[in-house]
Amino acid sequence: MAFTKRYLIPRLIQYFLVIFLGITAVFFIPRLIPNDPVQRTLQEMKARGSFLDPGTMDEIIADLTEMYGLEGSWGEQYLAFWGRFVRGDFGVSFFQFPTPVNKLIGIALPWTLGLLLVTTILSWTLGNIIGGLAGYYSRRHWSRALDTVAMIVRPLPYYIFAFALLLLLAYVVRWFPVSGGTDIGRKVAFNWPFIKDVLRHSFLPALSLIILGGAINFQTMKLIVQNVNAENFVQYAKLGGVTEDRIVSKYVIRNALLPQITGLALSLGQIFSGALITEIVFSYPGLGSLLYHAIVNGDYNLIMGITVFSIFAITTAILIVDLLYPIFDPRVRYT
Amino acid sequence: MKVLRDLFKDYRFALSFCVLVVLVIMALLSFFSPYDPTLWGVAPRDLEPSWEHWLGTDSNGQDIFWQATFAVRNSLIISLIAGLVSRLIAIIVGMIAGYRGGTTDRVLMFISDSLLVIPLFLIMVMLSMLVRQYMNLAVLGLMLSIFGWAWDARLIRSVILSLREREFTQTAILSGTGTLRMVLNEYMPFAMPLIFSTLINNMSWAIGLEITLAILGLVNMSIPTLGTMLNWAITYQAILLMRWWWIGTPVVLSVLLFIALYWMSVSISEYLDPRTRIQRVGTQ
Repeated sequence: MAFTKRYLIPRLIQYFLVIFLGITAVFFIPRLIPNDPVQRTLQEMKARGSFLDPGTMDEIIADLTEMYGLEGSWGEQYLAFWGRFVRGDFGVSFFQFPTPVNKLIGIALPWTLGLLLVTTILSWTLGNIIGGLAGYYSRRHWSRALDTVAMIVRPLPYYIFAFALLLLLAYVVRWFPVSGGTDIGRKVAFNWPFIKDVLRHSFLPALSLIILGGAINFQTMKLIVQNVNAENFVQYAKLGGVTEDRIVSKYVIRNALLPQITGLALSLGQIFSGALITEIVFSYPGLGSLLYHAIVNGDYNLIMGITVFSIFAITTAILIVDLLYPIFDPRVRYT
Repeated sequence: MKVLRDLFKDYRFALSFCVLVVLVIMALLSFFSPYDPTLWGVAPRDLEPSWEHWLGTDSNGQDIFWQATFAVRNSLIISLIAGLVSRLIAIIVGMIAGYRGGTTDRVLMFISDSLLVIPLFLIMVMLSMLVRQYMNLAVLGLMLSIFGWAWDARLIRSVILSLREREFTQTAILSGTGTLRMVLNEYMPFAMPLIFSTLINNMSWAIGLEITLAILGLVNMSIPTLGTMLNWAITYQAILLMRWWWIGTPVVLSVLLFIALYWMSVSISEYLDPRTRIQRVGTQ
């Protein structure tokens, strides 16, 4: 009971408050800008030379007005906005009229989800294992060499890094395809050639995310392990003749992992943004590319849909990681 | 001066300092540029590097070297605006939260935690879509600063929290020092080094986001920055056409800039306090 009261309930309250704050921000940002978003969107569409017959035009105006929730007072608009969010209704896309935004997100989502799951898990585990070892054996040559590599890779933003990798591996060496999720025209099917194709195309975007994310985990883990290593209880265990395997797995790693789990939760939002940008570099058909096309076409509904959806998805993912935390930390579990 | 001499003993500081000096000189050279950076067709198109055009020319008919001097200057200006304004917000929020404590602290930290957790990049994309027509260096810098303070406010708060428990705080309060004077005169000197090192980190973050937004085409494309240079090179398929001098210039310049800023901040914070190394590898 104490656990529920002290950990679970405050965490759940925070979860709902963050979603509330995020959605509220999405609601207010367009309203603080001093121009009529409906007219502006229409102007942008016209400026781009897209022809719309009057019927479609009226539909779009109605849909825009409803989407921006511009009927009634701000209070009513705000409530209507929440109603739409709860129903998961983000309106229709203007440039793939009249496909609902939901459907477009649904098509792109599996790609992003697959990429994110694989890269986050790999970069977290690999970064922590290698970082942990490098921290424990911090005087060895290979440990210092890895540290230097991490120091060089770490400050680069995903975009620049992905770009350098793309130039190197796809153009100079020509090992991997430059872009896309599969070969052009391949049908979605669950057989080996299709899966192999997807893997080959996903390799570069995944590699750039894993190296950059791994470098961050490597650095943090290495420092934490170095610090834990210097603690009295580890020194005492060594003097007391506890085997090295046991010291590493039970004494050092267990303690060092805790801040890394919190770190994973905190950095999920950044990993997500990074993945979106990486997708754009490699024209990988996920949410990032969808977002890019939405921006290029001025498809405001789609951008709003992706933003609202992502806020919801990311905060939920962080909540799940946080709720798993007590499994690793007995102090939270028993108090 | 002794501080500087000590810092220069660290090869990372020496290296990053030299790189930054070169980049700043390059930015200053832009004031002597023979070309107007906003004009197209002032030079022959698509030339390889030569004595006349040191880094060649691009498909817009601009000299890449002089364009790059403007790009470095503008990227630095944006990052300085973003860094300084967000420092101001971070200092105010961190100091108030740390000093007042209680509900104020909880509310402020909740806001900053939310900013850390929400995928900000998407909100920024939305915002820049809407202000695209007013976009210039200052607007972009301010926009970035609104979102860039959360993590550093937390750091400053933790410094204040520990200072508040020290004895001199009680002495100062009992001898009648007001809150404002207390914070400015007594606490600021302690927080200053940390603020400086977070400033460098934040500048690097701002440059990165500017590049990201520019790649998405969400900034003013006629103002040369590292991001817009990259965008033009990509738009004209500089990679496919093997114009390495064009695409390479912004990529190499930004890689140098990011590594130099990062190494400098790492070196400074290690000099200040070896234990803060944990903080430098935190988010952002």
